[in-house]
Amino acid sequence: MMNNQGRPTNTSSVKNVSNIYETFTGSQGLSQAEGLIYEIGDTERTGVDFKEVNDFKSALGGMERTNEIGLAGLTEPEVMRHYTRLSRKNFAIDLGLYPLGSCTMKHNPRLNEKMARLSGLGDIHPLQPISTTQGALDLIDTLAHWLKTMTGMPAVAMSPKAGAHGELCGLMTIRAALEAKGDARSIVLAPESAHGTNPATASLCGYRVKPIPATEDGRVDLEAMKEALGPDVAAIMVTNPNTCGLFEREIIEIADAVHAVGGYFYCDGANFNAIVGKVRPGDLGVDAMHINLHKTFSTPHGGGGPGAGPVVLSEALAPFAPMPYVIAGEENFELIEHDPTGKSFGRMTAFHGQMGMFIRALSYMMSHGADGLAKVAEDSVLNANYVLASLKDIMSASFEGPCMHEALFDDRFLKDTGISTLDFAKAMIDEGYHPMTMYFPLVVHGAMLIEPTESESKQSVDQFIGMMRHLVEKAKAGEIERFTGAPHFAPLKRLDETGAARNPVLRWRANEGEE
Amino acid sequence: MTIYYSEDHEWINVEGSVGTVGITEYAQNALGDIVFVEVPEVGDEFAKGDEVSVVESVKAASEIYSPVTGEITAVNEDLEENAALVNSSPDGDGWFFKVTVSNKDELEELMDAGDYKTFIAGLE
Repeated sequence: MMNNQGRPTNTSSVKNVSNIYETFTGSQGLSQAEGLIYEIGDTERTGVDFKEVNDFKSALGGMERTNEIGLAGLTEPEVMRHYTRLSRKNFAIDLGLYPLGSCTMKHNPRLNEKMARLSGLGDIHPLQPISTTQGALDLIDTLAHWLKTMTGMPAVAMSPKAGAHGELCGLMTIRAALEAKGDARSIVLAPESAHGTNPATASLCGYRVKPIPATEDGRVDLEAMKEALGPDVAAIMVTNPNTCGLFEREIIEIADAVHAVGGYFYCDGANFNAIVGKVRPGDLGVDAMHINLHKTFSTPHGGGGPGAGPVVLSEALAPFAPMPYVIAGEENFELIEHDPTGKSFGRMTAFHGQMGMFIRALSYMMSHGADGLAKVAEDSVLNANYVLASLKDIMSASFEGPCMHEALFDDRFLKDTGISTLDFAKAMIDEGYHPMTMYFPLVVHGAMLIEPTESESKQSVDQFIGMMRHLVEKAKAGEIERFTGAPHFAPLKRLDETGAARNPVLRWRANEGEE
Repeated sequence: MTIYYSEDHEWINVEGSVGTVGITEYAQNALGDIVFVEVPEVGDEFAKGDEVSVVESVKAASEIYSPVTGEITAVNEDLEENAALVNSSPDGDGWFFKVTVSNKDELEELMDAGDYKTFIAGLE
């Protein structure tokens, strides 16, 4: 197989979509075959002209590298084309419905982008004197105000840079609060349906994780949770709505029970999208909760941008929050970098947090308003229930419903077809969709977790439902190859995931194929 | 020698005072292609139910719990290079570790082959 540069590629998996005939280049019309960047250039040429340097004397005293480094030289158009071609093989929220459950892949409004590019915000640096960044600090303070207002919580740590980073911030705050009381504890409770990051965070913080089983209807088993409680429990981490797409109805009882033994209630706010503008977590007894600005507040993520995970905190935890934070002084906004009380657990990030995401999130909030944000929650729940109601006669819904913002199915409907959840997901790629989250949550078998978000129109969700029904019918009709061989129309077809994990090739080496 | 089974789908084959531990055919099938196994170190001590090992498959990472209280006397070093042994031979070459059985009473809380068969039939 040759690529369009006439050079051999060793991407043996570059195969023709069409079985009719092979093209010389391996391209399929506008779907161009593309090798690794190292295979496009070669080491004999360079894409840049440097003048010969006369009388060159190294200042490195003989320590300079003199051997060939073996990197290929490329011209600017070659580099541009390489990355543009790769980008055309990518799937993005700007290309289609992205129903990745628990990830809230909603539209990233262009207004947000415009705001982030305002020169007064886009061109500043965190090391500028704060007298010159008052507007930016005002923006952080304003966003913090609305996050506190929407969650009904008195304080917020803005600096964490992702959901899991926010969890870590929350648990470090809890640990600092407990240790300040001389009551260091060792156990964190996490439901079996928890995001994997919850037990990972607790473990990273030095806690032992005790799993809490789920009830038949997909919620935290309150009795089992109460039995696991004791004087050594530092916190419980609960996601609400949970990863089965269900509201934890006994959330207040859970909070009361953990408080009764002196522990704290950490809420994973990854699914806040379903309740924003409707429920204030502070009213439910939450002590700490991260908010994924990149989910609920529409900032780009999943390869499109960095996350941002501010953590709202209760009165009890607020004094232990990390540095730095912004306060509105008498005349100016100030950045507090050294905790005057000595209670803060320290610093998690070099600077203030993800400023670019703060701008986008605030832009989203302001453009929606309070009523618009409540409508976000309503429409996300409505869309998910529409999916659930439209597919549950033909797929196996794990729980009766209604659901919140995501609909959970399991693989019972594929029983005896010879097709797995993985195969089904791969066939969705052929239909031009990013697959839903699969094999998570672990509490159901072969899970398929579908979150359409509020971004999708009825027409878009109808097309998705039609596609899913079509695939289910083909599966039940025994068209196994459509699934087990899928994706048939992706640039690289079915990848050997097991081989990649067992024998990872993490580094390109020159002449690998010739050795 | 007798083989006992846990509800977490581990088996322990007890010979004298030492048991060899692995995961069952049912477990390897449910996990899918296994790509990585982390085994304990010889000399480590565990209580029954402690997390002693980690298995990573293309689908998920899962913990392996010690079916008994005891000390690790040997580990299957082949798994480091070839985790696929757990898929191809879960009850043979894909064993995880050997552990001393310090309290024989703990074995009574496990299942025999017949009970385990009934147990997994109930999970379907």
